[in-house]
Amino acid sequence: MADELILEIVTPEKMAFSGKIEEITIPGTEGEFGVLRGHASLLSSIETGELSFFRDGKRAHYAVSTGYAEVTSGRVTVLVETAERSDMIDKERAKRAREIAETKINKLSKEDDEREAAKAALAKANVRLNVAEKG
Amino acid sequence: MAALKDIKRKITAVAKTKQITKAMNMVAASKFKNAQTRMENFRPYAGKFMDVLSSLALRVSPDTHPLLAVREPKRIRVICMTSDRGLCGGFNTNLIKATERLIASKVKEGKEVALIPVGRKGRDFFRKKINVLNERTDVFGKFDISLAVQIARDVIPPFVREEYDELYLVYNEFRNVSVQRPAVVRLFPLPSIGQDEDVDPNKRIDYIYEPSDEVLLEKLLPMYVRVLIFRALVETSAGENGARMASMDNATRNCEEMIGSLSLKYNKARQAAITAELMDIVGGTEALSKG
Repeated sequence: MADELILEIVTPEKMAFSGKIEEITIPGTEGEFGVLRGHASLLSSIETGELSFFRDGKRAHYAVSTGYAEVTSGRVTVLVETAERSDMIDKERAKRAREIAETKINKLSKEDDEREAAKAALAKANVRLNVAEKG
Repeated sequence: MAALKDIKRKITAVAKTKQITKAMNMVAASKFKNAQTRMENFRPYAGKFMDVLSSLALRVSPDTHPLLAVREPKRIRVICMTSDRGLCGGFNTNLIKATERLIASKVKEGKEVALIPVGRKGRDFFRKKINVLNERTDVFGKFDISLAVQIARDVIPPFVREEYDELYLVYNEFRNVSVQRPAVVRLFPLPSIGQDEDVDPNKRIDYIYEPSDEVLLEKLLPMYVRVLIFRALVETSAGENGARMASMDNATRNCEEMIGSLSLKYNKARQAAITAELMDIVGGTEALSKG
């Protein structure tokens, strides 16, 4: 059925979303891209970022982390390690995570593996805060 | 009367123990249910991921990736997953024994072995025996994918930098509530993907790859490591609670048995005491009437 678009967001903890949507914007590694129904088959990796889709005239926003998106005829499967809807995000926790990551980055040397991890944590916290604002 | 009192005290003590083991059994049962739901929720993620990974591995030969690099195994690391708490029967003992066997066989071959414990019980056991790295304890109470991400971050960069050559994972393979079995798998170098899995040729779709298929595979392989680690964590946690349920159930039953036999003893002793008293009275009255 090429005239509809089904979205599934799968995380290790649960099926975060499953249903019909009209359009979706995905934070791909090569940049953000949109998918409408009838899109060609595509496989793209996803970076920590904001994913949003249009459903019943409303736009839903999710903060997602590493994973990939698979687009086949009429179906989008987003497989990510975490996915949080904008209104489910704990802003206080995200703010704390941001502060912890910032102090870590300042403290650690450039060669440390932990520094990369802290940078990733900072990026994630920022995305979560941005997405939470849209809830 | 001392014996009677002692037995009574013992009965009360055992009854209290029974209360505790019964409560622990119920707590473990509810935790087990959570762990089981988690395992079920994880299945679609792992399944979908493996489909995509193996179809990708069929297109690109993944042999060049550093996580698949086979080197002469001189330095070995072993991840040992155990629970943080005890009172779960032979659960941890079995996991530790399996780890010890693995380590012993590797040491015998003249290899250098270091241990990465996940869970307090394994850490406590191995701490003084062997070189212990990147320990993670008190994690099973509440964990999510970020724990797998952290463990993966501990093991992937040193392997890529060639600081060690092989990584093994000892965890509890979950069969069902009553069957827990330690499992040993080699994590690095990653076993080749795709060859041993049957991929339905109809499922193979020619995608547009973004970025290129090679780069995509490079991104997916670390994710694969995290999938494997997370699965092991979830199964170990389910196994721990399954084992605790079974052993606490046993303990409760043993308490009941003990209370039963103690009550019998108590009643017998009381009866004996009453009989003895009666004999005294009868003896006394007889002596009086004769006099």
